[in-house]
Order: sequence, then C-alpha cells, then structure tokens
Amino acid sequence: MLPALEITDLTVAYHDRPVLWDVDLRVPAGVLMAIVGPNGAGKTTLIKAALGLVRPAAGQTLIFGRPYAEQRRLVAYVPQRGSVDWDFPTTVLDVVMMGRYGSLGWLRRPGAREREQALAALDKVRMVEFAHRQISQLSGGQQQRVFLARALVQDAQIYIMDEPFQGVDAVTERAIVALLRDLRTRGRTVVVVHHDLQTVPEYFDWVTLINVRRIASGPVQEVFTEANLRATYGGRIAFLGRDGVGAPGDIATGPVAPEGMAG
Amino acid sequence: MIIRPYGSTYAFFTPTVPHMHFLTVVFTDYTLRTVALGAALLGVVSGVLGCFAVLRRQALLGDAMSHAALPGIAVAFWLTGQRDPLVLLIGATVAAWLAALLILGITRASRVKEDSALAMTLAVFFGFGLVLLSALQKHPNAAQAGLKTFLFGQAAALVERDLAVMALLGVPALLCVALLWKQFKLLSFDPEYAASLGMPTGFLSVLLTTLMVLAIAIGLQAVGVVLMSAMLVAPAAAARQWTNRLSAMVLLAATFGAGAGVAGALISATARGVSTGPAVVLCLTAITLVSLLLAPERGLLWSAWRRRQAMAIPE
Repeated sequence: MLPALEITDLTVAYHDRPVLWDVDLRVPAGVLMAIVGPNGAGKTTLIKAALGLVRPAAGQTLIFGRPYAEQRRLVAYVPQRGSVDWDFPTTVLDVVMMGRYGSLGWLRRPGAREREQALAALDKVRMVEFAHRQISQLSGGQQQRVFLARALVQDAQIYIMDEPFQGVDAVTERAIVALLRDLRTRGRTVVVVHHDLQTVPEYFDWVTLINVRRIASGPVQEVFTEANLRATYGGRIAFLGRDGVGAPGDIATGPVAPEGMAG
Repeated sequence: MIIRPYGSTYAFFTPTVPHMHFLTVVFTDYTLRTVALGAALLGVVSGVLGCFAVLRRQALLGDAMSHAALPGIAVAFWLTGQRDPLVLLIGATVAAWLAALLILGITRASRVKEDSALAMTLAVFFGFGLVLLSALQKHPNAAQAGLKTFLFGQAAALVERDLAVMALLGVPALLCVALLWKQFKLLSFDPEYAASLGMPTGFLSVLLTTLMVLAIAIGLQAVGVVLMSAMLVAPAAAARQWTNRLSAMVLLAATFGAGAGVAGALISATARGVSTGPAVVLCLTAITLVSLLLAPERGLLWSAWRRRQAMAIPE
C-alpha cells in the first residue's frame, strides 16, 4: 500500500543556515504520527515544506504516490493558533466555513450546504453553541478547536497539525485526543507536531524524531527509545523515564513561525 | 497656495448663495453635485479597500504609496504636457505601484526591515515629486494645470471628466472585491492556510495591493497625496469599532468614507481657501473619535464603564 505521505531528500535553508538537512520520511496511511524534537529542530518547517508553504532548497513530497500539487485536496492543515490575529472581525462559524473555500472554486460563495458541514464539524469538537461567537471572545483551547473544525470540513485523507496541544485546557486536550482517534478509526492519517514527550506513547502510534536531520521514524514502541531521544535532544534530556518530571521545555516553532500569542 | 483653474466652478460663490437651502444647492448646483459625487465615490472605494489594508496591517504601506504617487503625476504631466485626469492618474498609479514593489524588494533582498523600507521609499519618492513639481513651475501650463492641488487636494476643481475617470478606476476595483470576497477575506485572516487550500496567495496579495493603489489614485485629486492615507485608515478603524463582521465593517467604512468625503469636499468648496484634504481629514477624525469613545463593546467609555461595574460588585 502506498504511504500516505512520503518526503524525500528535503533540505530547507534560511540565509545559508540549514534548518532541515536531507530529511526522508514515510508515513503509512492510517497512523497517528507525532513529530518531536527540540526548539529550532525544524518541526514546523518540516510540515510547512511538505505543504508547499516554505520553499525547500531540495526534496519532494508525495501524497499517496503523486506530487503534492495534484493531491492538495487530500490534505488539511491546522496551523498554530498563534499564527493569526484573533481580533479579526468574524465569527466561529465563518472561520470553520473557510475550510470549504478550496472546493468552492473562484467565484462561488459558501451557502447552506457549507453551513451545515461547518456546524457538523463544530459539533465534533463540541463548539456548536459558540457558532455565532466573535472569535476574539474564545479561550485558547476554543480557538484550537475552531481550527480543528475548519480542517475537519475539508474532509481530507491526511491531517497535518502544528502544535494543537499547545497551551490548551484539559477539556480541549481530551477533545483533541478523541478526535485524533476518531480520525484514525475512519482510516485517516494524522501528522502532529508535538512537544510533550510524556504523552507520545499514549496519544500516538507512530513517531518521528528530528533535529535538523531525521533521527528516527517508525512505530512508537520501536523508535521512541532513550537512545533516540538522547540523540535528538542531546544532553538536555536527563529525565527520560515515563514518569519523568516533564517534557523538555519546548514550545518550539520553526524559525519562520512566530511564537504563539497569548490565548 | 490654491489654484482654481475652472472659472465655472466659482460662479457659485456669489452673495446670493448663503440664502439658498444648502441641500438644494448641493443637488441643483452642477459643480457642487460633481464635487459631492466625486468625494462620495472616493470615500466608498477607499473605505472598502482601507478595511483590507488595516486588517492586513498595511496602513503604512498605503501612506507610502500615496506619497509615492506624486512624482508619477509630475512625470505624466511633463511627458504629455496635458492635465488630462486619466493620464495623470495612470502616472500616479504606476509610481505608487513601483514604490510598493520597491518596498517589497528591499525587505526581501536585504536585511532592512519593512518599516525602514517604507520610510525610505516614501521620503525618496515624495522628495523627488516635490523637486519635479518645482521644476515644472517653469512649464507654461503648470500653473494652469494646478499640479500643486495634488498635494492637499481640491475637490472643488473636479469636473465631469474627472468623475468619469474616478468611476472608471473605482467601479472595477469594487467589483473585484465583491467577486473575490472570500479569497480576500481568507488572505487577510490566515494567508498560510489560504495557500494550503491552493489559493494563489502571491497573486491575490499583489491584486489587493493594486486595488489599494487604484483607491489612492482616485483620491489624489480631491484629497491630495499627503493626507490620502487617512481616507484608507480612518474609516476602517472607525468601522471596526461598531461591528464584528467583515461585511458590516466594509459597508460601514464605505459609508463613513463617503460621508466624510462629501462633508469635507463641501466644506472646502464653500469656504474659500480651505484645501479639501485637511477638511476631509477633520471630518474623519471626528467620526473616528466618536467611534473610539462611544462604540459598544470596544469603545473606551464602554470599557471604562465595564471596569467600574466590575469594581462595584465586591462591595
């Protein structure tokens, strides 16, 4: 079976400084995969390059065996919620409907059908009662769930999410986990930039460790090992036990992305 | 210095006028009607496009582009020797557009940050424009062409042909916004997500900036290059205070822009020696101040009252 996502020889540089160096990645269809690595390891850059949002110096991305540009409809992106201005004059429902814009063509406006799809997606993230709320009145976790709903209405095969667990409340964290599992049950592939090492074995079944280069990638039981983590995080990881004190302080973004704004 | 090239314009300033009902004058007097229509048109176009400029944090780009239009007007006049509005506005559009490209080029190619690139470009283009303007004073037609009115604007000098040119640029710009509404909205809110959906964000961004240039070009004759950016920013900032929906914000900004445009143009047309730009800006300032203070939810008075309520509860 074709891998859902296959990245070969991906190299990205900013001002001659390599951010990602010769990264190869194969993500089988139907897995929940975490991408982990220290600050500035290029996690966000990796997914942005895969989505064509960052121009790589070299490398290519295949989606189910064909170039990304041909398969765009199969991929949905959930950016970091800090990447937009939440004071924008719009409502929750309107933001979620934006997920349909790609399928509407140039001139069609979203209508009743798009509205229904958006409401269904909001229901999945338990945000229906907020549909007509102005987006500036949302908490950080609620903003995150709106972004997830927006990706859900795309009805994609592959979901690529940048730090969805960043700074969210417990309710949202549980809602996201339930959503990820639901996606896996429905055969979707999910790639998540993640920063909390402790929850990796619980939430994900596949993991990629990167630090500019790809350190390891595969099933969590096989590659989420102390040796690989040490190779990824260097000396900074002294507390690797499953009941350790916490993840390495990592609210990492790639060099291109701004730090998340306060929710 | 105010140059009034069109004799017909001033037939209106006769002692009989103050006794007539003001609105009757506006709708019956040919000149005033032209002035009001022109100001309304430019207010609508700049109000609409100003919303996108403000939401995309490009207000300063608008300011730089409007100043940068001045040398374009001067060069167009110098090359053709005519004061045809279409020729001058094409010159203005090209110069403003070049300035926008230059700013983009500087920020992309060098380590100079965007604010510095904006300031440099504005100063260089505007300075060059002023030099050209002084040089052109020697030109036999220059005084008659009233090029200096492009600094602070003179709505009273608008004639039907100017209106036609303004409509020629403004109506397609508005149509474009209406047709590509969802693209421009998403581009302003979340450009990377727009790109991930396959929208050509580079093209859309250039298009939106070009429409902004057109809005500026339309306003130059009436409001002038110096204060034109207020026409973009102030209606949008005021409108944002009253609504949480983009469509309502855009309609409201168009209304504010048109209202202030007409009021400012009429003030300057009826009071001798007042340039239109400053008059329009004063009207806009009034609207914006009221909006900043009084708007529900976002207004300063509203939030002060809220704070007092919150403080009062524990007692």
